[in-house]
Amino acid sequence: MELEDVSKAFGSTHALQHASMELHAGEVHCLLGDNGAGKSTLIKVMSGVYVPSSGRLLVDGEPVTLAGPRQAQDLGIATVHQDVGMIPLMSVARNFYLGREPNKGWGPFRRFDAARARATALDEVHAMGITRVTDANQLVGTLSGGERQALGIARAIHFGAKVLILDEPTSALGVKEASVVLKQIDSARSRGLAVVLITHNASHALSIGDRFTVLIQGQVADQWARGERTRDEVLDLMAGGESVEDLFEKLD
Amino acid sequence: MQTAETISIVPEPQLGVRRKRQHIARLYQATQLGAMLSALAVFAFFSITAGDKGFLTLAATSGWLNASAELALIAIPVGLLMIAGEFDLSVGSVVGASSITMALGVTVYDLPVPLVFLMCLAIGVLVGLFNGMLVNSTGLPSFIVTLAANYVLLGLALGLSRALAGTSTVSVDITGFWGNVFGATFGDLNVTVVWCLVLGLIAYWVLSRMSIGSWIYATGGNLDGAIKAGVPTQKVRLALFVTTGVAAAIVGALQAALFNSGNAVQGQGFVFQAPIVAVIGGVLLVGGYGTVQGVVLGTITYGMVNIGLFYTGWTTDWLSTFIGGLLIVAVLANDFVRKAALRQASSIPASAPRTTIKRRVQA
Repeated sequence: MELEDVSKAFGSTHALQHASMELHAGEVHCLLGDNGAGKSTLIKVMSGVYVPSSGRLLVDGEPVTLAGPRQAQDLGIATVHQDVGMIPLMSVARNFYLGREPNKGWGPFRRFDAARARATALDEVHAMGITRVTDANQLVGTLSGGERQALGIARAIHFGAKVLILDEPTSALGVKEASVVLKQIDSARSRGLAVVLITHNASHALSIGDRFTVLIQGQVADQWARGERTRDEVLDLMAGGESVEDLFEKLD
Repeated sequence: MQTAETISIVPEPQLGVRRKRQHIARLYQATQLGAMLSALAVFAFFSITAGDKGFLTLAATSGWLNASAELALIAIPVGLLMIAGEFDLSVGSVVGASSITMALGVTVYDLPVPLVFLMCLAIGVLVGLFNGMLVNSTGLPSFIVTLAANYVLLGLALGLSRALAGTSTVSVDITGFWGNVFGATFGDLNVTVVWCLVLGLIAYWVLSRMSIGSWIYATGGNLDGAIKAGVPTQKVRLALFVTTGVAAAIVGALQAALFNSGNAVQGQGFVFQAPIVAVIGGVLLVGGYGTVQGVVLGTITYGMVNIGLFYTGWTTDWLSTFIGGLLIVAVLANDFVRKAALRQASSIPASAPRTTIKRRVQA
């Protein structure tokens, strides 16, 4: 998937200007930037929520116009949001299949195939390395934040995602939970998915990213592949182009 | 000493967490058990206080079954709607409008009973569509929308029946096959019980076995998440509003046949009885949780209190106090259960089910 010279304006506000970005299968592309830099706008363009004001999206080299999130999903572009969009008082199995329930039976007796849903959901969650969930009837409200992320990622992969957009998956998590999620991102990458990782956390980005894009005020400030920038350079870029050391000096 | 203690408890937190989770999972299934216990407790209470005065007779049992069935016919769909996060307070006027329509159509206009019944159902469908479409398109709270609908329809039913027949109470006598369908009695038991059983089984099937059951829970449990997952939440809501309207219309028609009279203003009691028994039965007021079995147990509790109090010989003035007390206990229990289940949820705050979905129009 590729974004070519994409801009998005809301009235006179240019949330995104001439952004280009390439995603490759089996790679994690980290999208970095300060709050309000245009990260959310960019992923909303990618996931079909916004139609870009100009520029185009290419999937497998073909230009596409995404009419909505549903069409993006059908093309294999899945987004897992920070809150994962789980229903806390519903079971793991029902959450896993929400909106795409497997049915069995016919006519008025057509019903949710609960046994199949439970077995598949458990398998997929276990495949993500979450072994603490042993009962698919367990309510999602009792899962930890990392486990919910895992469930969200497992769900996206199961339903044929080729591009996985993760919006701040680690920001609400503790250190240990975050490392679990990073492992899941790694396993998604090794399964050949193109992963877009939005994060504030430079350490998380540097530990897992293959490619990096930094947005500043709606524009692509810098783009590089793994190893081409030092940690300090990255931190400076993420701080909006100013040297982090300068910022601390100002504080003094 | 301290060190030794610390070491010895190291493996325990995980075990403790797991045990706590199983405990919570059980607690959840207990929401229904709670409704069961409250029904049994009320039954035991009246067996002791009014058992020798006739509470355990067939007539009394039929009495509370009749009362429960009539209420359940409305409370089950209202419960489903509440699980989806919405209210319907317009059911009261639909009952009255349907009841007077049945009587006017059959007695004054001499129309065939099935046709009049379809007209009654049409009232329910129209009111449901009005409620559902207004709530969907404006994002206004359904509490207010349906409360307004209740008043508008109450006035309409009263005004129209006076204009058409000169009275708001019309007697009606439905005989033959249709008389049995709508007004048959088996001993002291009304045909309402049969209607209630059929509707209850369908609702149970839909909520617990069909995909739309998940959609109903999801719509009330996390609207934003449901929409992102592709659940047609607006259609779910609309279908449920139509269902509550139709159910109330059925009750109105049944009442007309059973009481041999249609009254434009009857049925207002259902407006709050239905949500009350749903909550007693374990439906969360904020949506996202509840079962059909629970609602049925809630209506049985209500029915037994209603009839049981009469058999004790005490003044029925206490009925409302009794129901109010039950409601408070039920709400406290529900609140406890929800907080217990979500306490461990680290990324979603305990108040999440409703706050994140508060009003949808801004989205």
